[in-house]
Amino acid sequence: MTTTTHGTPALVAYDDAVRRYDPVIGIEVHVELGTRTKMFCAAEQSFGAEPNTQTTPVSLGLPGALPVVNGTAVEYAIRIGLALNCQIAETCRFARKNYFYPDVPKNFQTSQYDEPIAFEGFLDVELEDGTVHRVEIERAHMEEDAGKNTHVGGSAGRIHGAEYSLVDYNRAGVPLVEIVTKPITGAGERAPEVARAYVQALRDIFRVLDVSEARMERGNVRADVNLSLRPTPESPLGTRTETKNVNSFRSVERAVRYEVSRQAAILDAGGTVIQETRHFHEEDGSTSPGRVKSDAEDYRYFPEPDLVPVAPSREWVEEIRATLPELPQARRRRLHDEWGFADAEMRDVVNAGALDLIEATVAAGATPAAARKWWMGELARRAKQDEVELADLAITPAQIGELQQLVDSGRINDKIARQVLDGVLAGEGDPEAVVAARGLEVVSDDGPLLEAIDAALAAQPDIVEKVRGGNQGPVGAIIGAVMKATRGQADAKRVRELVLERIG
Amino acid sequence: MTDLTRLSAARLAETLAAGEASSVEVTRAHLDRIAAVDGDVHAFLHVNEDDALATAADVDARRAAGEELHALAGVPIAVKDVVVTKGMPSTAGSKILEGWIPPYDATLVEKLRAAGLPILGKTNMDEFAMGSSTEHSAYGDTHNPWDLDRIPGGSGGGSAAAVAAFEAPLAIGTDTGGSIRQPGAVTGTVGVKPTYGGVSRYGLIAMASSLDQAGPVTRTVLDSALLHELIGGHDPRDSTSIPEPLPPLVAAARQGALGDLSGLKVGVVTQLQGEGYQPGVLARFHESLELLTKAGAEVVEVSCPSFDYALAAYYLIMPAEASSNLAKFDGMRFGLRVEPTDGPVTAERVMAATRGAGFGDEVKRRVILGTYALSAGYYDAYYGSAQKVRTLIQRDFAAAFAQADVLVSPTAPTTAFKLGEKLDDPLAMYLNDVATIPANLAGVPGISVPNGLAASSEGGADLPTGFQILAPAKADDRLYRVGAALESALESTWGAPLLASAPELG
Repeated sequence: MTTTTHGTPALVAYDDAVRRYDPVIGIEVHVELGTRTKMFCAAEQSFGAEPNTQTTPVSLGLPGALPVVNGTAVEYAIRIGLALNCQIAETCRFARKNYFYPDVPKNFQTSQYDEPIAFEGFLDVELEDGTVHRVEIERAHMEEDAGKNTHVGGSAGRIHGAEYSLVDYNRAGVPLVEIVTKPITGAGERAPEVARAYVQALRDIFRVLDVSEARMERGNVRADVNLSLRPTPESPLGTRTETKNVNSFRSVERAVRYEVSRQAAILDAGGTVIQETRHFHEEDGSTSPGRVKSDAEDYRYFPEPDLVPVAPSREWVEEIRATLPELPQARRRRLHDEWGFADAEMRDVVNAGALDLIEATVAAGATPAAARKWWMGELARRAKQDEVELADLAITPAQIGELQQLVDSGRINDKIARQVLDGVLAGEGDPEAVVAARGLEVVSDDGPLLEAIDAALAAQPDIVEKVRGGNQGPVGAIIGAVMKATRGQADAKRVRELVLERIG
Repeated sequence: MTDLTRLSAARLAETLAAGEASSVEVTRAHLDRIAAVDGDVHAFLHVNEDDALATAADVDARRAAGEELHALAGVPIAVKDVVVTKGMPSTAGSKILEGWIPPYDATLVEKLRAAGLPILGKTNMDEFAMGSSTEHSAYGDTHNPWDLDRIPGGSGGGSAAAVAAFEAPLAIGTDTGGSIRQPGAVTGTVGVKPTYGGVSRYGLIAMASSLDQAGPVTRTVLDSALLHELIGGHDPRDSTSIPEPLPPLVAAARQGALGDLSGLKVGVVTQLQGEGYQPGVLARFHESLELLTKAGAEVVEVSCPSFDYALAAYYLIMPAEASSNLAKFDGMRFGLRVEPTDGPVTAERVMAATRGAGFGDEVKRRVILGTYALSAGYYDAYYGSAQKVRTLIQRDFAAAFAQADVLVSPTAPTTAFKLGEKLDDPLAMYLNDVATIPANLAGVPGISVPNGLAASSEGGADLPTGFQILAPAKADDRLYRVGAALESALESTWGAPLLASAPELG
């Protein structure tokens, strides 16, 4: 059978597919740089401005306007390149990518074509179980973003069937860096995880480098996922599809899984995978064919004559390298050593997104073990219960640090600490304030304790007898009664001492 | 009383500074001249009367208040319509920009305004500067003031004709392959293409970005130097702008006018003469060489073999860049918008209908050529090879400038031809730029100085010819030194400027 299949054939179960085929992925990630102004002009760029208010003659593509390269964007691109272990070009040029589309004001995109600013790098990506997969980076290049179309009327905001379309050029000319991997091989059945972990690792790097807010939900980071299958890891690469604009970590993983299952079905049936771009559908995690472009993707690239080559001096590159912040992976290794967590503990911390929180809690005075206990224990439980991220709980690492200090100094005990936590989460203020307002301080004055102890001893003379007889076992009943009488605010250890002394 | 329109810009500047006339009077005189003769010449697409007079009045007031003003303050100027002017139409001679009012000024226009030059209006041109006759304007032909049945050259025929017809003492042109120099040659005016990057391109509606350069169009070499110094210099908004300051140009022109060229080596380019050049054009050229020799220059012959391929390379690089630069004219954001008369109204179909209706034939021809030259599979053979030729031409120039301080040739191979004569033969039209194109491909500066009259091939009254001087990049001062020396030698031969012998208009 040689039929080709465009639509949605019966999918092959993922596990079956990866038993018969070796998936190869390739990922293109676009990141919007957080520079104050655009790539080629002085128009400001910030999220959420009124449509078409952040424009200049340059970013509107008006006749006569000329581009000028944003030096900060070049610096950010170099930072990204260096963080990905790339070489930085001694000189490189922009090119024009010619195609007609209303959201591209000049009807060409100024991009880098055969001379990227950064090339030949790699990123070691850590999966959730600690496995490290090396992703080879082909290139990282600079370009400008297009405007944003809004299709009005018709269905689902798609251009097809729309009555009219609006274009917002605020995004036109926003600096982008596009990072292109070499084919990622050797991931096998874990290809979806590797894809996800790679995009996530990039997102973390962008944030640490402070080159972008890197908010997936705002489209600051967008991924195009290429996937092909081949019978065995020794076979030549198969035909790939490119699923465009996959905009969350989970979607990256799902898109890979879906394409593996879909392509396997085509190959199983003796068909041919069509090289094409595809859309990803969030609702069901499927992909569908994109519109075939009429001009057959001939972008007529040529060097942008309005710009001179970008030639970052070696001194500048080394200066940028020297001032790179600690990257996420190095930081994880360092904290792992400093905190002395077991490997599994550390992985859990990372996977739970608790690394920053624990680091900040330790900085606020807690021991690493105590900080981990809070965030991975009680707070993780509450976050799960409320279905929110740990970081979104209404409590700060500083407050946890303060809470732990109250415990360490013996002013409250663990049980009371949970009540204090309730207070903080309920918005009653910092732990100190909650303790004061709720009157939760541990009773450390022996006077009231002795009263309660004497009452408890008097109430249970049989136990006093047993203890005097040398059997300390039942003493817990007395302690329990005292704790109950003091509403849990007594220091249990001290109560025990006093009880034994009294019976003594 | 003196006819103010007959004075050079330098003389007008002196007249204004001496209080012998006001800028309003000077501007009014030129506006009156435009009203009187432009019906015949059609150099202007838009006359900016009120704004020009307001600028003039403002300059007069500032002068009266004792403010220090630019040397050219109050001297009116015409601007080629390819340069964007805030609040004033800027069509580049195309229907596709009809009605568009730019929201910003080109850098050079900002400089003109800051220096207080009243802008008389916008001049006619071949559509998007594509042509050598101004016949490709969407708004009608411009007529050569020397013979109204003839072309004023192009693409900047409007600026050259305006200056030749005494409608403006100064004008701005742009030169991608000769659009300042060739009109200068055929109208008996001075035209300068500065070193690439010497004058900001910000606000020039681009044809071919790597070739376009704005420059002065005037009646005297000194006037060009004055205007060049005003509009030139670094502009951070143009990445290809030269960071270094301009060499002293006005001083070079004044020095050259003294007539001493001792020690100067003048290279005659073998490839830019001979076959295809009108006999009268060559005769004037050799007479001018003799004048330069008399002034003390040594004339040597230099060979630039790659120049033979310049036209071919130019007609690949220029259309390639133009095809991309002109993509923005699509009816989506500004200018003409045409909806298809049948079928669905989609963005793609509106773009196609707009471009189909808005562009003229020559523009379409070059967009198609350029699109083809850049297409996958053809790029290396066409655009790639042309860029290699460009490199060879640059090397030829470097070798030639090792032997001579300036290179010279006739500016255009022929005198002005008749309107309509070459309209159906694009290749014949393209050949008119054979001597001017190499300078654009190499980025070197060039000037055309009127050097006499010659019989046209088909007889009739004699028509102007031009003498082209080329200098190394960033050595624009040499153009002015040699140009002014030639001009003064010629004028002492003639006893008057060439334009004094032009027929009366109106």
